Amino acid sequence: MRIQISHDTIYQYANPPAGVIQILRMTPRNHDGQYVSAWRIDISADCRVDAQEDSFGNLTHTFSVEGPVSELNVHVEGEVDTDDMHGLVRGAIERFPPALFLRETPLTAPDPAIRDFATAAKASAKADTLSILHALLTAVHAELTFDVDPTHAATTAQESFAIKRGVCQDLTHIFIACARSIGIPARYVSGYFFRNDGVVEQNAGHAWAEAFIEGLGWVGFDAANKISTTDAHLRVAIGLDYLSAAPIRGTRYGGGDEALTVRVHVDQAMRQVQG
Amino acid sequence: MAVAFDEMTGQDGTIRPAYKELSSWLGEVRPDVLDYRRREAELLFRRIGITFAVYGEADSQERLIPFDVIPRIISASEWKLLSRGLEQRVKAINAYIKDIYGKRESLRAGIVPEDLVFQNPVFRPEMNGQKVPHDIYVHIAGIDIVRVDSETFYVLEDNVRTPSGVSYMLENREIMLRLFPELFSRHRIAPVENYPDELLATLQSVAPHSAAAEPSVVLLTPGVYNSAYYEHSFLADKLGIELVEGRDLFVKGEEVFMRTTQGPKRVDVIYRRLDDDFLDPLAFRPDSALGVPGIMSAYQAGNVTLANAVGTGIADDKAVYSYMPEIVKFFLGEEPILKNVPTYRCREEKHLTYVLDNIEQLVVKEVHGSGGYGMLIGPTADKATIAAFKSKLKSQPANFIAQPTLALSTCPTCVDAGIAPRHVDLRPFVLTGKDKVRIVPGGLTRVALKAGSLVVNSSQGGGTKDTWVLDS
Amino acid sequence: MLSRTADNLYWLARYVERAEYLARILEATQRLTALPLAYVGESNEWESAVATAGCANAFYAVFPEANEENVTDFLAFSTDNPSSIRSCFEAARTNARAVRTALTMEMWDAINGTWLELKRYGNGPTSREELSRFLRWVQESSLLFDGSAYRTMLRNDAYSFTRLGVFMERADNTARILDVKYHMLLPAHEHVGGPLDYFQWTAILRSVSALTSYHWVYRESLKPWLIADFLILKEEMPRSLASCYENIVTHLDKIASAYGRQGPSQRLARGIRTRLQNSRMDEIFQTGLHEFIQSFIADNNRIGATVSQQYLT
Repeated sequence: MRIQISHDTIYQYANPPAGVIQILRMTPRNHDGQYVSAWRIDISADCRVDAQEDSFGNLTHTFSVEGPVSELNVHVEGEVDTDDMHGLVRGAIERFPPALFLRETPLTAPDPAIRDFATAAKASAKADTLSILHALLTAVHAELTFDVDPTHAATTAQESFAIKRGVCQDLTHIFIACARSIGIPARYVSGYFFRNDGVVEQNAGHAWAEAFIEGLGWVGFDAANKISTTDAHLRVAIGLDYLSAAPIRGTRYGGGDEALTVRVHVDQAMRQVQG
Repeated sequence: MAVAFDEMTGQDGTIRPAYKELSSWLGEVRPDVLDYRRREAELLFRRIGITFAVYGEADSQERLIPFDVIPRIISASEWKLLSRGLEQRVKAINAYIKDIYGKRESLRAGIVPEDLVFQNPVFRPEMNGQKVPHDIYVHIAGIDIVRVDSETFYVLEDNVRTPSGVSYMLENREIMLRLFPELFSRHRIAPVENYPDELLATLQSVAPHSAAAEPSVVLLTPGVYNSAYYEHSFLADKLGIELVEGRDLFVKGEEVFMRTTQGPKRVDVIYRRLDDDFLDPLAFRPDSALGVPGIMSAYQAGNVTLANAVGTGIADDKAVYSYMPEIVKFFLGEEPILKNVPTYRCREEKHLTYVLDNIEQLVVKEVHGSGGYGMLIGPTADKATIAAFKSKLKSQPANFIAQPTLALSTCPTCVDAGIAPRHVDLRPFVLTGKDKVRIVPGGLTRVALKAGSLVVNSSQGGGTKDTWVLDS
Repeated sequence: MLSRTADNLYWLARYVERAEYLARILEATQRLTALPLAYVGESNEWESAVATAGCANAFYAVFPEANEENVTDFLAFSTDNPSSIRSCFEAARTNARAVRTALTMEMWDAINGTWLELKRYGNGPTSREELSRFLRWVQESSLLFDGSAYRTMLRNDAYSFTRLGVFMERADNTARILDVKYHMLLPAHEHVGGPLDYFQWTAILRSVSALTSYHWVYRESLKPWLIADFLILKEEMPRSLASCYENIVTHLDKIASAYGRQGPSQRLARGIRTRLQNSRMDEIFQTGLHEFIQSFIADNNRIGATVSQQYLT
């Protein structure tokens, strides 16, 4: 599949700040089943953009804008060819051994309720790790209701699990918390998802988890859609949780009252034809 | 618990040579004179404003650390051994941190268990593969040393994140020089006053390549509400560098600048006294208002040196501590000169059983705790506390280590009842620069002022003494 | 130097100056209210003290009406009032602590000593005598700090920022008195004025410590328009708006020449000073004293913001 992305993140400041600095993790890399044929980032303000690679191997772009800034648009667009690898992630950059991804973070720390839930899912499955993870995927998807209202970027797995509601980020955090609590390395993936129901305008990117299975390697699990990752998934950044894989982290100096608009357009690109 | 070794009277009751002059002086000096000087010292400290804050005590935002006017004395030969041991230890620590964030050979060789590193909150994935100038991660280390007899010094704790206390080493000496000139004339004492120069030289030596010939060095403080703020301003003053807060700095184009009345000025080396967690809201805690947004990107680009480096906690974590002897051997191929206190790792079942069975004789410490918090001293704890600790131990054994209750050495100390022995420890400071390791002869001696107490932490009623290293 | 250091020095000086001013207001008000009613009229002087201190909003948020007890407490000791004498000394010391390395030992001793002494007053004096002593002490402490700064600081940019703080605060304070009491100073008052106004006038001069110097300058009995002239245009008078701006311009110029660059602060300050130099009292009365003061206060605030933007952030 050739996925076409256009992603705008627009900040409007009622009270223009004196400056803004942001770090972006918005550039996908190539690996088996994913080839980036075109990609670019446009910042609406004049600034230098510095590219780096973070410790997980994600491409980052850092920029700072000197104010006063009344509006800022981070625009990303590109095309990526994907193949369905049945969830398997191969040929990707790996900077850490899987053991790192057993690490708890504040966003993914399990509480007894999550531990019990994970243990129960494990008990319901066959003994092999893949079956356990699929059981977990089904269980998390069934346990939580997709709801954009009650949670936000800083909601923890525990908070979301307690109210049984959340968005893809929350479901992913819970899946990760569960997997780690039963000794399976798991990590957060931020990216895009092509919907096959014809909806191309989305108001956020997508998130899912990858879990490590001895012998298979890293496998993608999308709890919000209850599927293993497919060619509809465009993988952009990985991390221990949302924070370390977040598309944008930023700070503004002074100012106040910002309004944020996010427009994500995920479509299937037209096949190129001769002539 | 064995009878403590007294550094003045020694095991056989005769005055040890290093303390000969002091002992006879103590015999001569009138108690009221000593008392008068004691009060004078307190007045001086208050006047200068040397205070510290105790967390969790609302009414005592600024307090004085009690100062004891009787110095603690270390002989030249003892110091020689200590400083060799300290240098070795810090070298090993630097090599180990480089390895953890680089090739991870020590993990592969099984020197340190992998989970203890990767699952440790003080391990910073952000540092993985990060180059630091001259491979120095720990530029400033404060190594806590205790003594149990005339021969044996143990390392109690390595402090390689943002160790504090050096201002007391310097101020205690100044005050002693003012109050007891006659006592100094009877000894040959190695000076400590060059510490700020040594520190500045160390910091300048690790400036990034992109720095100007005269690198710009600053001290980054969390601000006036930090318990060690006095020390931060004291050191900045002595070093002649700017004392900055996070909001004084900003990042642009992967470089760090400070806001001055004449516009932005580039910063090359940051002696930071701010914890990793708060350093950069774009990399670590997003709610930190104390840090500098984007500073990690400047750091990763190699345009600024942070001293100490980010992620050094992986070397001074109490759980990692017990592996230090193996770490020294693995990286340096030498026997450790300074011993570790024998340590039981509760994460290991055999050790846990032993600790639970013998808890009354042990000191149990939380792996990530500091400042004497989250600690159980078996011999003095009551039954309920012990029971509470036992259940904590059983539910989360990996969070604890245990050590035998050491009979820390004692030194003569001025207390209300006169002069009496009190337990002490020692924190010397080790500076590692591009060119060499510098250790100023001396350190911070902390003293437990309560009779029999082994807790020397200032937050729990400990005091300080001037530490004299004899020149010959 | 660090912008924040300059900011701390500037505010340190401002708060010390403000504390002294508050002490003077309280002293003058106390004196005025001690007079028999026949001499001062029915006006509530405590109300006017709150207004002159510039914290009427904060005050009436807590108290329904102004009287000796609550105004004294609010202006001198209240921790709820960020501009009480106590809060000023606390804030001054916090600023001082943040820039200890930029202070001389004498300055630190002065402000730290004041702060330690402040603690001895607890929640405030219990008697009028004690209050008087306290108000004297506040003025002495401020003098001590000012004197230490004057005597011991290097004459560099740090010094200039400290002085800027003093003079901006002083200009603001003098302007506030004028703003509250302007109606007492209108020429028309000459005819309607009686003993009632006489004591008001002396109180005004007292609150800027200028009662004696008035006589030295004018060699005349108190005349409201001369008092206005004295407080606004006389450069000899250290708390006049003109004198403050003479100093503000001098120090901004020093900073500009040290940095080899001037900016909006210098331009604005020179503009205000020129206006003061070119004004005559009769013209000011003609166009309106109140309007003049109001526009000065606005200008003074504007320059505060400009200095802050150009140097302190």
